[in-house]
Amino acid sequence: MEILVASAVGVLTAAGIYLILRRRSFPVILGLSLVSYAVNVFLFATGRLMTNAPAILNKYEEVAYTDPLPQALVLTAIVISFGMTAVVVMIALGAYLSSQDDRINLSDDDAKAGEDA
Amino acid sequence: MNHLVIAPIVLPALVAPFIIMVLRYHLDLQRIFSVASSVLVLCLTLALAAQAADGTVQVYELGDWPAPFGIVLVLDRLSAMMIVLTSVLALAVVLYAIGTGWDSRGANFHALFQFQIMGILGAFMTGDAFNLFVFFEVLLIASYGLMIHAGGAKRFQAGVQYVVYNLLGSTLFLFALGTIYAVTGTLNMADLAVRVAEMSAEETALLRVGAVMLLLVFAIKAAVLPLHFWLPASYSHAPLPVAALFAIMTKVGAYSILRVYTLIFGPDVAITEGLVGDWLLPAALLTLAVGAVGVLGSREIGRLVAFGAITSMGTLLISIALFTPAATSAALYYIVHSTLATALMFLIADQVMERQGGAVAAMRLMPQSGLLSVMFFVAAIALAGMPPLSGFIGKLLVMDAARDHDLVWWIWAVILIGSLVTIIGLARAGTLIFWKSHGLPDSDVDPDAVANAEDDDLLDGEATAAPAAAPVLPLVVCFALMTALVMLTVFAGPMTRYADATAAQLFTPTAYIETVLGGASK
Repeated sequence: MEILVASAVGVLTAAGIYLILRRRSFPVILGLSLVSYAVNVFLFATGRLMTNAPAILNKYEEVAYTDPLPQALVLTAIVISFGMTAVVVMIALGAYLSSQDDRINLSDDDAKAGEDA
Repeated sequence: MNHLVIAPIVLPALVAPFIIMVLRYHLDLQRIFSVASSVLVLCLTLALAAQAADGTVQVYELGDWPAPFGIVLVLDRLSAMMIVLTSVLALAVVLYAIGTGWDSRGANFHALFQFQIMGILGAFMTGDAFNLFVFFEVLLIASYGLMIHAGGAKRFQAGVQYVVYNLLGSTLFLFALGTIYAVTGTLNMADLAVRVAEMSAEETALLRVGAVMLLLVFAIKAAVLPLHFWLPASYSHAPLPVAALFAIMTKVGAYSILRVYTLIFGPDVAITEGLVGDWLLPAALLTLAVGAVGVLGSREIGRLVAFGAITSMGTLLISIALFTPAATSAALYYIVHSTLATALMFLIADQVMERQGGAVAAMRLMPQSGLLSVMFFVAAIALAGMPPLSGFIGKLLVMDAARDHDLVWWIWAVILIGSLVTIIGLARAGTLIFWKSHGLPDSDVDPDAVANAEDDDLLDGEATAAPAAAPVLPLVVCFALMTALVMLTVFAGPMTRYADATAAQLFTPTAYIETVLGGASK
């Protein structure tokens, strides 16, 4: 199971970074989502991988349990990254509609602005 | 428990939704509430600073959960100083934005502003690494809104770049926290400090990876050299009063470096010894150099000041990277100075842009350029670190603290030459903007060219003509910031004593750790 989770994190991160390097709004947003999935899986695994164990202590009975804290962390991280993705979609949409261009690198524009000045 | 500790975070957190939900369509009421909240936060933070000045560490346990399990806020000298600085800057910026009417150019300025203040104050006070991440996100999500305030194609494009870059930074932050949690099993900073100190060097390769990733995240925030490139584009395209507030956001990165790498991965901890300072110092030197060259090469006043902000971050991080009490004390003095100086410069740059557009070039005469040029002159002296203002004292302290370091000649050379290049760049810009425009006879200026330049240089969507009668409030704010810089110079003695005491507190973290974890045994 460890190798499955580890390779999932690796593949998601690699694909996400590749997409982010495309520097166009849509691939970048997809890439950011993939990277945030990767980090969620990674966070989930930081409390050691367990199967069939509840994320809660039981003081009446000795049962196996998994570390509940990473699950709380993952929940927070999911909410935040989901909200942030919504924000970036809206801002990218605004940028595309106002400039008719979905590139997110500014270098060409800046060079042009310098020539104008 | 002293509930005053959490008050400066709760107050803006309550005012901001109130402004959105109740005062949506009443700009005047929004302004009143926003200013009132800023003034109150300033009073609260001053009260907290007075409590922290004698060296006591206060812990606020949220929900009354004891420290390693619950989330805590910690108030010590360093946090107290940073929150006072934040609230002073926030009050200045909100008054400036009202005075210039920036807040009326888009929706929800004041609500976002209050959320931003809440995030920054929270980041300075939290004692929990994951909570630091959450407050980072709070201040970032508010800054995304402020960054694209008033709209315009270029600003949106710069905004997308800024958001994407910071999202990547946040993801890296989570990876770093996950790694550290996997090794230590805790994210409370005081608890981390105890556990990291107990670990042996052989078993902790993973922890070192986490420490370096965390440093990368803070370096992104603090705009250290290889990771600085988001700053000039974002800050120069953001509304400049907002950029003045962002002057404190790079300091959040510097503060986090200082906090984490003195408390958790401190200079005495075996496993990370030399890991941080050895890498941070050359990066900081390069940051200063690149910033100075950028100041020299900028053709827009916004970019000029943004690169000025990078030079001041370079100086600050040189001082932090030395990790000695004397150098840290110098860094603390320089944090206060550079935040105020950078903010002042952004506000003056905003007034220049309002009057003549963004380009650093010989242009037509500006209305009221006399007073403005004096202010630019003073701010340039402050930003470049020339005598007699506090930047000079700050740089002197930094250089004095570097005296015994191996790379002392490198450090001195970079700081001195960097200051020289910065002052040349600022002098060039000041000459072109304020001086040469008077020397241009009218016949030389092609009216069409001037008209075109005006159209090009104003950002899209805010083609405002130069105001006939300049509002007074922005000038008052600039003078207040200038006065603050002068006060910082005059009261350099008490300020350095406070900074010394703060540095001493940082480098003997036992009191901090015992106070935070002491709640568990209670």
